[in-house]
Amino acid sequence: MNNSIMHNKTIADIIAGLDSGEFTSVEITQHYLKRIQQLDSTYNSYITVNEASALAQAEAADKRRAEGNAPAFCGVPIAHKDIFCTNGVRTSCGSKMLDNFVPPYDATVVENFARAGAVILGKTNMDEFAMGSSNETSFYGPVKNPWDINTVPGGSSGGSATAVAAHLAPGATATDTGGSIRQPAALCGITGLKPTYGRVSRWGMIAFASSLDQGGPMARTAEDCALMLNIMAGFDPKDSTSIDQGVPDYTENLNQSLEGLKVGVPKEYFEEGLNPGTEQAVRDALAELEKQGATLVSISLPHTKLAVPAYYVIAPAEASANLSRFDGARYGYRCEDPKDLRDMYMRTRGEGFGDEVKRRILVGAYCLSAGYYDAYYRKAQQVRRLIKQDFVDAFETVDVIMGPTAPTPAFEFGAKGNDPVAMYLEDIYTIATNLAGLPGMSVPCGFVDNKPVGLQIIGNYFDESRMLNVAHQFQQTTDWHQQAPEGIEVEGIKAGDTE
Amino acid sequence: MTIERADIEKLAELARIEINEATIAETTQSIADVLALVDQLQAADTEGVEPMAHPSDAVQRLRADEVTESNHRDDFQAIAPATEAGLYLVPKVID
Amino acid sequence: MEWETVIGLEVHAQLATKSKIFSGASTTFGAEPNTQACALDLAMPGTLPVPNEQAFRYAIMFGLAIDAEIAKTSVFDRKNYFYPDLPKAYQTTQLEKPIVGPGHVEIELVDGTKKSIRIHHAHLEEDAGKSLHEDFHGMSGIDLNRAGTPLVEIVSEPDMSNSEEAVAFAKKLHGIVTSLGICDGEMSQGSMRFDVNISVRKPGEELGTRTETKNLNSFRFMEDAIALEVERQIDLIEDGGRVIQETRLYNGDSKESRSMRSKEEANDYRYFPCPDLLPVVFDDDYIESIRKELPELPDARHDRFVEQYGLSSYDANILSGDASMAQYFETAAKTSGDTKLTANWMMGELSARLNAADLSIKHSPLSAEQLAGMIARITDGTISSKMAKQVFDGLWNSDGDADSIIEAKGLKQVSDSGAIETLVDEVIANSGKQVDNFRNADESKRPKMLGYFVGQIMKASKGQANPQQVNEILLKKLNDLL
Repeated sequence: MNNSIMHNKTIADIIAGLDSGEFTSVEITQHYLKRIQQLDSTYNSYITVNEASALAQAEAADKRRAEGNAPAFCGVPIAHKDIFCTNGVRTSCGSKMLDNFVPPYDATVVENFARAGAVILGKTNMDEFAMGSSNETSFYGPVKNPWDINTVPGGSSGGSATAVAAHLAPGATATDTGGSIRQPAALCGITGLKPTYGRVSRWGMIAFASSLDQGGPMARTAEDCALMLNIMAGFDPKDSTSIDQGVPDYTENLNQSLEGLKVGVPKEYFEEGLNPGTEQAVRDALAELEKQGATLVSISLPHTKLAVPAYYVIAPAEASANLSRFDGARYGYRCEDPKDLRDMYMRTRGEGFGDEVKRRILVGAYCLSAGYYDAYYRKAQQVRRLIKQDFVDAFETVDVIMGPTAPTPAFEFGAKGNDPVAMYLEDIYTIATNLAGLPGMSVPCGFVDNKPVGLQIIGNYFDESRMLNVAHQFQQTTDWHQQAPEGIEVEGIKAGDTE
Repeated sequence: MTIERADIEKLAELARIEINEATIAETTQSIADVLALVDQLQAADTEGVEPMAHPSDAVQRLRADEVTESNHRDDFQAIAPATEAGLYLVPKVID
Repeated sequence: MEWETVIGLEVHAQLATKSKIFSGASTTFGAEPNTQACALDLAMPGTLPVPNEQAFRYAIMFGLAIDAEIAKTSVFDRKNYFYPDLPKAYQTTQLEKPIVGPGHVEIELVDGTKKSIRIHHAHLEEDAGKSLHEDFHGMSGIDLNRAGTPLVEIVSEPDMSNSEEAVAFAKKLHGIVTSLGICDGEMSQGSMRFDVNISVRKPGEELGTRTETKNLNSFRFMEDAIALEVERQIDLIEDGGRVIQETRLYNGDSKESRSMRSKEEANDYRYFPCPDLLPVVFDDDYIESIRKELPELPDARHDRFVEQYGLSSYDANILSGDASMAQYFETAAKTSGDTKLTANWMMGELSARLNAADLSIKHSPLSAEQLAGMIARITDGTISSKMAKQVFDGLWNSDGDADSIIEAKGLKQVSDSGAIETLVDEVIANSGKQVDNFRNADESKRPKMLGYFVGQIMKASKGQANPQQVNEILLKKLNDLL
């Protein structure tokens, strides 16, 4: 990949370029805005593009840099998933319910990037309320996978993944409740990281399932994810579940050797349902790591099969309460001419939510309702502990756990159409880490039929540095992450080139 | 666990979600499928296992009793469907 | 056979914190609508709760005051239901692991008997906003200023068997929370609200079906509502009907109650642990440090009042129960120097006037200092008790002190013995016949005959002669004539 072309630059390249004066923030911002304008009608990765404010931020950033007080991301353009509240900018969460919602406040993550001087290109598309694994549930229409526009980009952070993969943003924020960063990262051939639960503030991030949701970065390289995580991570007194623990510089250990690294390979992640091409790519990646000095250790996570069932009790249960606030009374969608209060509630929510969201709310209500709580909710919470214990036991002997991120590469639109359960199984390898609260990553590790495959790296609690180190080292000897899909180069775009 | 149309109607009422006549059969079927998936939990031996509500074992931090918020009513009500005299308006509330 | 009534109370007391239980918005009463509702209180997307430590301190203080066990670990749950005054459509409350475990309080009844009422538990939760029912073109207005105000909900066992006990229990709780300073006790502002669970049964039978009468915000309404509901249930059963479990609303103005329609549908609150909040953990040191700082509680104050001021147990009960009442009494008693007279005036005239005006002692137009000033003038003989009623009226309606009112109304009692002697002499001189009668009467009948002379003397003095002195001087003079 020619990284003298502006949109091929990684975040690390951009920071260096801005620092050296190779280009200005206004130049690169204009370049990205132009690309979005020309290309995104194909991909639909953005719900809202902030042309005017992005340029204003870029100008301000250039001024700060000239004054010599540039913070870490000064002038670096990125995109936010449309689940993070942005003051004065519509935050839809991919839903008709919030199509007109312009929050008067910023999420902590948004605030952190603003403080770091980042330029926000826009808000990326997503499955409605982050419920989905294909980006087909968005009110704003599906996002197309740049590697094959007939296939899904994965979800729920499909907009962020596609924006990064199609070089419509060098990096984007995202969230992961059951795999929503890692699975689309895998399907779009980029790098994505879901931090330890509590590492990134959830304040201002519209809740899907509070005990599982976690914000994280998506970018093309592990190094860029580390740079973004440096901005995103940290204790937030406004989030009760935020952990008050120091944040390391995540770039510090990137170059450590993997000599002696113990990689746990769970046998349950290579069983029935895994695409053979995907398996081959993952096994090849593991062999590559062995070459770098890592030792593979076969392990077992015996409760793996129960992760999806437990998740589909816990996440809908929490969501059923979290989404009750969308009632048409104070903000967002309200149905036309409600005839009474009940009618306002029923039709606002009936019309404002899409099918998948409604399905999960109803499932959640069912699992919590009188007579079923113990059999479903309580049972799922018990299983959750068993799943966590599997990991705790495994990390007694290994440093990281690896396997596939998703069971198959990107599938065609409508392929899992009316079968929610088939869709849910998309997250079979990612869900357990959310239940346990562990950090996880997806790193490009090959292709099947020209469709990207992701290698999943699961780390111990607060061991993001180690995951990033492993991913970075892997990316030093492989170039999967440097592959770009065809079709992202367009006529006239050369105007933005730096050569 | 079999789930029927009447169950869905009850849940829809609890969750205040209108389900239209045309899709209720499909909704019932898809929820039955999801519940069949989660019913796999019943096979798990969870005897004596403490339910886990949070991934971390952390305990709650408490906040000092200070007023830190100021009045932003105009900002909030600018995005409200209906307000008057500083109040949010909703269809008549009957106790 | 007689009917037996079984009563249990659920009491909501707003905690006197500056900010809300989960947000930094102010809890001040009476602000413009929605000016104290921040993003969290409005349930804006993405907002998250952080609990207020003071709410826990207050709940723990209450728990210690009722001799309850304090939970080392307590947990918040979500109670799900849709209502416009509940913006999240779930109330954050405590179901399985409340902060305060079982406790008890003792009540004293008019006949002096004492009874222990058990408290099942007390938990922390958030208050809801308010629906204003004035008509906005057929719509209701929602004010969320109150949403998120911390509440401690105190749930009693069904240990009360009549309205007197229920009211005594309610007053006791009011006394405890106001003495602790954890609630301002302003019932008219909704700071303390009572839900009464009532059922009736024949002695020895199982508990009857109960109804819940909600949101009673005065002791009198509570008394009336209980009487009404007991009668309604008995009539219903005796007419062959049966009580259905329901929530009822009592209207204090019309003295009627009705079933709450909106709450009739079968509720399924789908409680589950709030995933946005972690378990709240306290250690023994924390709890003990709170115990050490507990202020004087009504029971201890009662005993002190009996001992220190020589009050009867009954009087002490009335004057010590409520923190504001106790403070008023102590200030007035110390300032006036006459404990007994202070107690009498507070339980007599002052109580009657406050009741008639529907005011609490906290909002008495007459301050403790004003009352004490008046009592001091009774004690030193400047005014008679009868004149004091006029002074009391004057004080009720003005900010002046007793002396200026006595002065302005010319109420000064004549205590100059020379002047009184002159008056006595005049009356004796003008009452030849009555003096003769007195002289000739049997000694046992003489005291009754004094009334005539006293009346004449007081009349002559325009009511200002010190009656005690008049009595003394008159008796001496008449005896001299014997």
